[in-house]
Amino acid sequence: MGIIYSAMEKLLPFSWIEFTFMKNAFLAIILIAPLFGLVGTMIVNNKMSFFSDALGHCALTGIAIGVMLGVDNYAVSMMGFALLFALGISSIIDSGVSSSDTIIGVFSSAGIALGIVLLSIRGGFSRYSGYLIGDILSVTKNEIILLAFVLVVTVLIWFLSFNKLMLSSLNTDMAKSKQVNVKFYKNIFMILIALIVTVSLKWVGMLIINSLLVLPAASARNIVKNMKSYHAVSILFSTFSGISGLILSYYMGTSAGATIVLISSVIFFVTFFVNKLYNLS
Amino acid sequence: MKECHCSIKVKNLKVKHGRNIILSDVTFSANHGETLALIGRNGAGKTTLLKAILNSVDYSGTIEFFNSEGEYISSPKIGYVPQRLSFDRNTPITVIDFICANYSSIPVWLGHGKKCREKAYNTLKKVGAENHIEKPIGKLSGGELQRVLLAFALEPRPDILLLDEPVSAVDRKGISIFYSIINSMRKEFHMPVILVSHDLGHVVKYATSYALINHTVAETGKASELPKSQKVRETFGLDVGRGEAIWE
Repeated sequence: MGIIYSAMEKLLPFSWIEFTFMKNAFLAIILIAPLFGLVGTMIVNNKMSFFSDALGHCALTGIAIGVMLGVDNYAVSMMGFALLFALGISSIIDSGVSSSDTIIGVFSSAGIALGIVLLSIRGGFSRYSGYLIGDILSVTKNEIILLAFVLVVTVLIWFLSFNKLMLSSLNTDMAKSKQVNVKFYKNIFMILIALIVTVSLKWVGMLIINSLLVLPAASARNIVKNMKSYHAVSILFSTFSGISGLILSYYMGTSAGATIVLISSVIFFVTFFVNKLYNLS
Repeated sequence: MKECHCSIKVKNLKVKHGRNIILSDVTFSANHGETLALIGRNGAGKTTLLKAILNSVDYSGTIEFFNSEGEYISSPKIGYVPQRLSFDRNTPITVIDFICANYSSIPVWLGHGKKCREKAYNTLKKVGAENHIEKPIGKLSGGELQRVLLAFALEPRPDILLLDEPVSAVDRKGISIFYSIINSMRKEFHMPVILVSHDLGHVVKYATSYALINHTVAETGKASELPKSQKVRETFGLDVGRGEAIWE
């Protein structure tokens, strides 16, 4: 880690890089942002933005369970609960009783309500309000290593299963006719989203995490035509808004996560008008 | 001559959805080189029958596949063309992304290797869609998209081809192109085709045999004899004196 720090000081001759918390935040951003850009492509393609949002909400219940169990690190309980939640949603959607947005809506509300009820039992919800907005400056060394690990796992999964996942999302029966195990790949994807959302929730915050997942890919879609450029542009937008948002928030003294989201939103509207202007779609 | 030149044998098939019995006692077979049209009213279970063959719904009974030598195939390759692909028209998936995702192990977000590009070009050429290779699938016309879907279904070469109202969103010219491709495939590879169609005119023109489905197999026969069938007339209400033109 020491080597990385000194390399950063040499490569980035800015005053903000002197602080260790900014170094850590910067490292976290360059790990998290490409990850969001990458996974966001399929969230937007599969129209799953509501689902990833719900996962963020249910993480609150995960935190509450962690608090009740008395563990120090809520990440494990959050992740466990989010996985349960994701698979629960998917199996109920598969049963075909109700439409998927209704089911996700029900889970989402129940997840956040249960979390609030459990956390406010002793009247102390404000202690956990940090999870709503998140604080990227609080990232520690160990957490950066965890993020790097998650990035590697995600890229690996993206490498091995993307084609099958894309076919499954286009038409289930058609994918099945090519012996694609649609359920398996859909579940892998859901688990992946659950993992990413819960790992990064603490620094990004429940209220805006979904924007970071959805906006870069949604912006990229406005101006690209194929899968390769879709991924490249989405990752580029995500990383650009991540880094510029972090630096801007340092100078303006604003919340880093929200600043990043604002920049992403500006990019979205710019690409939207570029699309309209040049009639790209 | 062999006793049976069957490609697919369906026996006592039953499909339930909750308490509703959608199909029961369905028994039929289709031969190699035959185009079997499944006809029937809406909700008669035609699409469900295709889904059962695709193993995409739970069913009881047996569905068996045989190759052209008459040997049993335990896991058949199935080509399937859905009625329509419902997707976001702005989705940034090009034709080559779509085709290469089917048979390349390189993830399409990294681009396409030369080998895959060549293979995709050749497959698309078979259906006359090689000029659309770089187009996003949302920009294709109904007929073009169905031909691309057909190209997708034909690779790797399937043991049976299932078409679920493949031309419902295609214009008249596109329809005749589509069916002439299917017919040449069938003749070239002796590929059995099962076709769901609403349009009895198409069935007479392009299919070789038909099965009237009404929660079970109500009648089977040669496609050329379809206009004479009393049962078909009753099912489609053709005896009320309108709709004779449907055969043309």
